Amino acid sequence: MFAYIVRRILYAIPILVGVNLITFALFFIVNTPDDMARMQLGAKRVTPEAIEKWKAERGYDLPLVWNASAEGSAKATGTIFFQKSVRLFVFDFGFSEDKRDIAGEIRARMWPSLALALPVFLVGLAVCITFALLMAFFRASYLDFWGVVACVAMMSISTLFYIIGGQYLASKIWHLVPISGYAGGLDAVRFLILPVVIGVVGGIGASSRWYRTLFLEEMGKDYVRTARAKGLTEGVVLFRHVLKNAMIPILTGVVVVIPTLFLGSLLMESFFGIPGLGSYTIDAIQAQDFSVVRSMVFIGSVFYIVGLILTDISYTVVDPRIRLE
Amino acid sequence: MPVILVTDVLVWLLAAAATGYAFYCRRHPHLAVPWARVFRSTAAMASVVVLGVYVALGLLDSLHFRPELEKKDGEQKAYSSEVLSVLDLALSHLRGRSEKTYSAPLATRSFAKEQIELPDGRQLRDFPRLRFGGAHLQDEGEWAGDVAKRMLTGIAVAAALLFLIFLVMKIIRKRRPEIPWSAAYAAIAVLALLAGPAAALSSGYHVLGTDKVGQDIFYLALKSVRTSLVIGTLTTLVLLPVGIALGIAAGYFKGWIDDVIQYLYTTLNSIPGVLLIAAAVLMMQVYIDLHPEMFQTAVQRADLRLLFLCIILGLTSWTGLARLLRGEALKLSQLEYIQAAHAFGVRDTRILARHILPNVSHIVIIAMVMDFSGLVLAEAVLSYVGVGVDPSTNSFGTMINAARMEMAREPVVWWALATAFTFMFALVLAANLFADAVRDGFDPRVRM
Amino acid sequence: MSNSILEVVNLKTHLDTATGELRAVDGVDIKLRKGECFALVGESGSGKSMTALSLMRLLPEAGRIADGRVLLDGQDLLALPEAAMRAVRGRRVAMIFQEPSTALNPVLTVGRQITEVIERHTALTGEAVRARALALLDAVGIPDAARRCEEYPFQLSGGLKQRVMIACALAAEPEVLIADEPTTALDVTIQAQILDLLAKLQAERQMAILLITHDLGIVARMAQRVAVMYAGEIVEIADRDAFFAAPQHPYSQKLFDALPTPEKRGTELSVIPGQVPPLTGKFEGCRFVERCEVAYLRCRHEVPQLIAIPGDATAHRLVRCHLREQGLAPPPQNVSTEVEEGTLVAVASMPVIVEAENLKVHFPIHKGLFKRTVGYVRAVDGVSLAIHAGRTLALVGESGCGKTTAGKALLRLIAPTGGRVVFAGKDLSTLSRNALRKGRGAMQIIFQDPYASLNPRMRIADILSEGMRSLDVGRDDKDRMYRVAELLEQVGLPLEALARYPHEFSGGQRQRIAIARALAVEPKLIVCDEPTSALDVSVQAQILNLLKSLQERLGIAYLFITHNISIVEYLAHEVAVMYLGRIIERGTTAEVLGDPKHPYTQALLSAVPTVDGKREIIRLGGELPSPAHPPAGCHFHPRCPKAMPECREAYPEAVQLGRTRTVNCILYRASKAASSTPGRRGRCGTG
Repeated sequence: MFAYIVRRILYAIPILVGVNLITFALFFIVNTPDDMARMQLGAKRVTPEAIEKWKAERGYDLPLVWNASAEGSAKATGTIFFQKSVRLFVFDFGFSEDKRDIAGEIRARMWPSLALALPVFLVGLAVCITFALLMAFFRASYLDFWGVVACVAMMSISTLFYIIGGQYLASKIWHLVPISGYAGGLDAVRFLILPVVIGVVGGIGASSRWYRTLFLEEMGKDYVRTARAKGLTEGVVLFRHVLKNAMIPILTGVVVVIPTLFLGSLLMESFFGIPGLGSYTIDAIQAQDFSVVRSMVFIGSVFYIVGLILTDISYTVVDPRIRLE
Repeated sequence: MPVILVTDVLVWLLAAAATGYAFYCRRHPHLAVPWARVFRSTAAMASVVVLGVYVALGLLDSLHFRPELEKKDGEQKAYSSEVLSVLDLALSHLRGRSEKTYSAPLATRSFAKEQIELPDGRQLRDFPRLRFGGAHLQDEGEWAGDVAKRMLTGIAVAAALLFLIFLVMKIIRKRRPEIPWSAAYAAIAVLALLAGPAAALSSGYHVLGTDKVGQDIFYLALKSVRTSLVIGTLTTLVLLPVGIALGIAAGYFKGWIDDVIQYLYTTLNSIPGVLLIAAAVLMMQVYIDLHPEMFQTAVQRADLRLLFLCIILGLTSWTGLARLLRGEALKLSQLEYIQAAHAFGVRDTRILARHILPNVSHIVIIAMVMDFSGLVLAEAVLSYVGVGVDPSTNSFGTMINAARMEMAREPVVWWALATAFTFMFALVLAANLFADAVRDGFDPRVRM
Repeated sequence: MSNSILEVVNLKTHLDTATGELRAVDGVDIKLRKGECFALVGESGSGKSMTALSLMRLLPEAGRIADGRVLLDGQDLLALPEAAMRAVRGRRVAMIFQEPSTALNPVLTVGRQITEVIERHTALTGEAVRARALALLDAVGIPDAARRCEEYPFQLSGGLKQRVMIACALAAEPEVLIADEPTTALDVTIQAQILDLLAKLQAERQMAILLITHDLGIVARMAQRVAVMYAGEIVEIADRDAFFAAPQHPYSQKLFDALPTPEKRGTELSVIPGQVPPLTGKFEGCRFVERCEVAYLRCRHEVPQLIAIPGDATAHRLVRCHLREQGLAPPPQNVSTEVEEGTLVAVASMPVIVEAENLKVHFPIHKGLFKRTVGYVRAVDGVSLAIHAGRTLALVGESGCGKTTAGKALLRLIAPTGGRVVFAGKDLSTLSRNALRKGRGAMQIIFQDPYASLNPRMRIADILSEGMRSLDVGRDDKDRMYRVAELLEQVGLPLEALARYPHEFSGGQRQRIAIARALAVEPKLIVCDEPTSALDVSVQAQILNLLKSLQERLGIAYLFITHNISIVEYLAHEVAVMYLGRIIERGTTAEVLGDPKHPYTQALLSAVPTVDGKREIIRLGGELPSPAHPPAGCHFHPRCPKAMPECREAYPEAVQLGRTRTVNCILYRASKAASSTPGRRGRCGTG
């Protein structure tokens, strides 16, 4: 098992290298730094000098992958590829267009993101599993039928509607909570309640239906019939036998998103004015701040890969077949 | 002068391919049987009607041309720089009648107060009468009566039409009694009873109000349909060949080919989807902005951006399908009929084409219809984030994006948002219900 | 009857299917006495499993009990509320299922799955529960119970899993045990162990067993009474001895006639024409009438009742047949027991068509950080065999012994790791890829599962012509279509089949199509990989007849891979017995089956339940070891009843015991070869 996990971690390295190459190609080869300078400075009235100055200020005045004019190891290190892409591996993200330290921003903004994303994740999981269990327990009844109908209807509604509608109702009509904003410490609860509720409600449709399918699939299996043949009650069959087996695909499916919770939610944070990584990313996209977007792409994949490794570990925890092999 | 947009061509090709596929299915029982099962579902029949209306709108909106300008004597024929579609032509009464700014549904006066110059030269701050909405009314007191009259007319026309359809249905029902025609009829009835009054009212009012620059919201919503359909279908068109080829190859050939393909999709998968799309779209945007000489008209530029968005979405989302197909091909390649083919020395290409591909086709179809609704929803989100379609393209995303700030107004401008969400909800719900029926119909666990 | 514990009265179970309501069980009456083993026999679709599930009220969601009563000690189970029924399940009536690998919960420990029954149905708590679970594991013969208790099902072999299932069922000391095909998924030597266990437990605990099976051999071995089911009805109930002495219903008689036995060698097996009628309709007459050879007019128009036969000495026999109103059926005629040894001896005189020398297939095992190869699964480990033109060599062994891998390696469907295969004088390993591809037509294969062996998306015409097209057999498409039509006729299918798809055919018909597909390219050798093990006895007979007549007409050689000894006795000319990747004994059928020399062969043959039911069984302990770590020395020595210290030292060389006969066992080393081993009576001669 130890070797298995170490192997998964080692496998992450070529993937990160791949991600790095993709982002490098996307950001520096599709459009050259000259293009970007022209873009940032306004395409119309731009002088070559202004472009050079813009590039020099940001360290884009180096050759892409090979610096023939430099000496020694600088031939490789004095390049955009090394300075801007390879250094991501040590989490050296450089500075944003408005000259702020990106790594510092990320460290500061991670926590508000987590404060929103973690409750959404946990409460959502609990609510969806409960709802799915209810539907599975009362399968082929009216509750099940209308439950599925409600799920399909709910997953047909745009997230934007949940957010806008929720804000309108809770803040504007009922004046329950502030419409947006954020504060540190316990005060944050006031601002977080509404986005958490909206996040949970928005996810119910798709997840519950998926879990219900998993439960029903398990309930059709032979061992469930065996359990019933033992005279166990339907509740014991569901909780001791079915739930434990169905949790394997559910858990391993959700574990992968746990690290990415740090990245927060793009939509929620920007609508509710929460200063997390999600709104940071959106602002960067809208301001066309490529350094920030590039850093977020990289750190996003790092989180995802950590999630994959956690998934593998969680398999070994919940599934004895893998733990004991 | 006809204008041929790239997405137009693709949309019509897709429609032709779908028709061809339908004929192909009729002759192949392993496809005809599951499809017949799909159409026996009431939910599917109702959603087919709704989807059909959307598709018709989308197709009409995919025939573009530039109208001829009125000839001044002796001059050559000249064409407007504006690109219109056949749908625009049908809705010309909606398109042309812009107000100054916001107005509520069926309103006769503007939403915002303005300085109005009275005939006697005095200035007054009041809600001005609209240029078109209710302009035919001499006295605004007639409003209620006029609206009611128009609605009744619309309902009467719709009812007459429904009666005709009812007669036709009776004949069809006898020929194919197993199909739930009543569900389809109910859907048609609901649509007709909504569309009839809407059409009757729209000749004199803005049925769903106007937006910030005074455009008719009903018109914008109808125009947005095409964008949703294009994104929902062309994206799958891009994703299918990549997903199928790589997925099947990985599962069938195994070994290093499998390793490479798995590495490829794990890497792509590990970049958070929105970020990858955002990065790619930003780069495309820079490229388009810096090369304005490549596009004749703004519409063509916006269209190309739409196409690129589809390609980017497709190239970032083939991984799910590929992983599914890899697993299935892996399972199939162990099956005995594949081994029997090996025992005949049948070549790999032929095994892939004759044995593997037909036996994963149900997964491809299910994936295609399941993806559709997700993509329609994603368009709205991406447009909100700023990496969606061109701001000049009509889409539900741009509509929502333009209207959401107005929720802070007092009183609220709700109609643009409500319209966009309702149209989108109907489309996505129909697509989801249809996808469910397709999945049930093609579920391999149901023995043929 | 007063001492009956479970009484089923007029049970009717219906299933909702796409084609309408299916009457899976249509008026079944059974009386199960205390401490008795009652066998319910029938082919697939007869309704026997549905009957069992109805008794437990564990029907699938599409099923419902339409009518009838199930009386447990006089109490009607069907009238009980669900909560009260749950108190009966597992406590008074317990059940074990066919597939032990799916019937146990994969994520609960073995111990937990037993203790939950004890906790549910007894007053025991805490340590007492665990102690009882350990005692149960011990009682079902699981060694090292304390350790096994903490293990998960996947860590146990199939035989052990079925023992755990039995332990679960016995946990609350039920009065009735329903066993639904309890050994069908197991190998014969393991099956023998499980059947022994069930018989022992039944005797000890005075438990009644309702045994559901398709295997008449198991019935002969286990049951006191027998009921035969056909199309949802019981057609015959009798005491075992009376039943096996002279079955009375034409269907029961046919079941016996269709069994392949050595006595029927050289003759056609009796087959039951047609198929089970669809159970969605109502019946005007006897359900068997369309397939019955002795049916007369009345059978079509009057539904027969279960009646006692006039003049029948056995009191408990009931038969559902109009003919029996006139009295007992004449006793079955014994076919001549003379086997034409001549044909068997003549085997060697035919030219060898294919010869394998020291064939090896090793699959690497990857482990550790970098998935290094740490060992090999020696699936096939040095197999040598020769098949003569127009003859059948049977490759016999239990699952996991490598017989299927050997067959596929022979055809190079799996690349062999070592050794060589010479086919018609050419060494296949030296052929180029292209030459091998062109030569594929001469060697074909038929698979076990008729549902997985035909592509569901292709028409029969395309399936049959695929090989011809690939190998350029026939001049053009038209020519090939003629050939395809001819093939269909050869395997006894109508021409209309050409335009249809596989799902429109039954299992037996599909297997005919698979045979026709192989024949299309005019092979000299066909590897038959358990071609009948997924089929019912009556259909099996049809396929065996077909294979036999094709061999006689076309002179095809067969490598017949099977675990079914009675087919070997009926069909094969030569036999090779495999154990853990190696052939341990070979010779002509008469030699090997009549006088097995290797202790494994002896045990294997003795474990096969036969309808005569009177044979001493050599019990093998333990299970087949893993081919990744075969035991040192003779692979069989840890299980061998005659093992000696020397057996541990080296793998025994082949000992030639005659012109056609070898055995790998040190008991027969040259010096000892002369002295015959003590052991069994000859097999082919017993009748």
